[in-house]
Amino acid sequence: MIESRHRPPKGRPAVRDPWWFRTTLLSLSVSFLAVFVLVPLFAVFFEAFHKGLGVYFASLNDSAAIAAIQLTLLVAAIAVPANLVFGVSAAWAIAKFHFPGKSLLVTLIDLPFAVSPVVSGLVYVLIFGAQGWLGPFLQEHNIKVIFAVPGIVLATIFVTFPFVARELIPLMQAQGSEEEQAALSLGATGWQTFWRVTLPNIRWGLVYGVILCNARAMGEFGAVSVVSGHIRGLTNTIPLHVEILYNEYNFVAAFAMASLLALVALATLGIKSFVEWRTHAEVPAKEWSDYA
Amino acid sequence: MSASFPLQLWCKRRILPGFGLTLGFTIVYLSLIVLIPLSATFLKASGLGWESFLRAVTSARVLASYEVSFGISLLAAVVNAVFGVATSWILVRYRFPGRRILDAMVDLPFALPTAVAGIALAAIYSPNGWFGRPILALTGIKVAYTQLGILVALIFVGLPFVVRTVHPVLEDLDLEYEEAAASLGASRIQTVFRVVAPELFPPLLTGFALAFARAVGEYGSVVFIAGNMPMKTEIVPLLIITKLEQYDYRGATAIAVVMLMISFLLLLTINGLQRWANAVQIR
Repeated sequence: MIESRHRPPKGRPAVRDPWWFRTTLLSLSVSFLAVFVLVPLFAVFFEAFHKGLGVYFASLNDSAAIAAIQLTLLVAAIAVPANLVFGVSAAWAIAKFHFPGKSLLVTLIDLPFAVSPVVSGLVYVLIFGAQGWLGPFLQEHNIKVIFAVPGIVLATIFVTFPFVARELIPLMQAQGSEEEQAALSLGATGWQTFWRVTLPNIRWGLVYGVILCNARAMGEFGAVSVVSGHIRGLTNTIPLHVEILYNEYNFVAAFAMASLLALVALATLGIKSFVEWRTHAEVPAKEWSDYA
Repeated sequence: MSASFPLQLWCKRRILPGFGLTLGFTIVYLSLIVLIPLSATFLKASGLGWESFLRAVTSARVLASYEVSFGISLLAAVVNAVFGVATSWILVRYRFPGRRILDAMVDLPFALPTAVAGIALAAIYSPNGWFGRPILALTGIKVAYTQLGILVALIFVGLPFVVRTVHPVLEDLDLEYEEAAASLGASRIQTVFRVVAPELFPPLLTGFALAFARAVGEYGSVVFIAGNMPMKTEIVPLLIITKLEQYDYRGATAIAVVMLMISFLLLLTINGLQRWANAVQIR
């Protein structure tokens, strides 16, 4: 029964679309995706490589470019684990227990996805900036948050906030807590139960959430652009460096930097497809569309 | 676990440990990163006073940017709704070589950083670009650095949403209903519109709202292709950045508050739509 539902309607003439309709729909959709997705992706690599490999590697081997790559890696290395810990903790509380205000909490966790990236950056400027609530205090103690690395990290944490949590909550809700209860009744401690029972059950959902979170953390532009100050070699992440190079008409270098992020995106999609293939039987139908 | 009375009451029948710790951490982290900064923005805006706030958010340039942002976002969401349903249909119902690659490609706008998409689209649609040059030669229409360019960028960022909401529902739709309709004498068109369409409508609306919400806030992919002319091709997020760069913090905050209210409204709408879609599915 279940099998037959997912099979294409071959040999079921009543639900088979006429051939002219199939061909039209197929060619329309495929051209749409080709024009809007495939061509831009191809253009990134074409523009990066069309003056040759030498120019490509030379533009990556530049001190400002290397500084941007290092900063991007540093920011992702802080933001992703922070949101990973939060995501696991939020999913544990929400999926395993009942408490009033739960649906409000879930909505609030989604909030950063609804906020424009530019506004996400601005809220931190209003708190930590020279004109902000904590501005005078920070200046007195000579702490820089805005136009410095801490601001970039904060803005990145904000925009990638929901990724892991929204991946894990429906997964853990669907799995219930019978297995954990069994482990506890057999004498396992809370931590043992988490590491040996819960974690293996959610590992693919965790991988899925982390790679999406990481892709966004490395590629975030709007929020980081507001708080960074665009100081070359100091507060430029890869996307910001791409912008500067592009505005300087240094197109090959801009696209070379962009190609690094495009590779991260392709790797993310590859891992995502792999995880989906691995979990096709394990994971119940996801009602939470993964929007970002 | 916390000792406060009501919490203890709820904890009574709990077997699993860690409720107090995880919920406490979740609430503290959520407050520090999201809730307190957002409320600070509203507080800051309330310091402006009602009149100067109204003046800041209704000046001619700001009104023009709302029109550009919301109008083009709506158009992009409509285009994505049409092609999203078509793409979901071919992905679920047809078998053709490269279907899995096509399925993965739909997600690329989620994974590709907006700045990368922005410069790529600007290069393709500029008057010298692969698409820009033939379009200009054949029709005399410029795409990049006009409102059409903004539309292209917003279609790109909103592309996956409708597919990702409609696709799972279509996949779970039992073919037997359509066969039953056909056996009772309905034509294929009648079946599609009266049996399939009602099931797809709630997820379609959810996807449409998600694509619209994303497009309204989008910045990175638009700035490179928009031309950024005040009154013509200036989107709201860009105007906020412009105000910040001119040290007009009050103006930027006022517009940001308007954008935040719209975001909250859209989030509530989307939540309601999702609940409706789930209710329809369960039935």
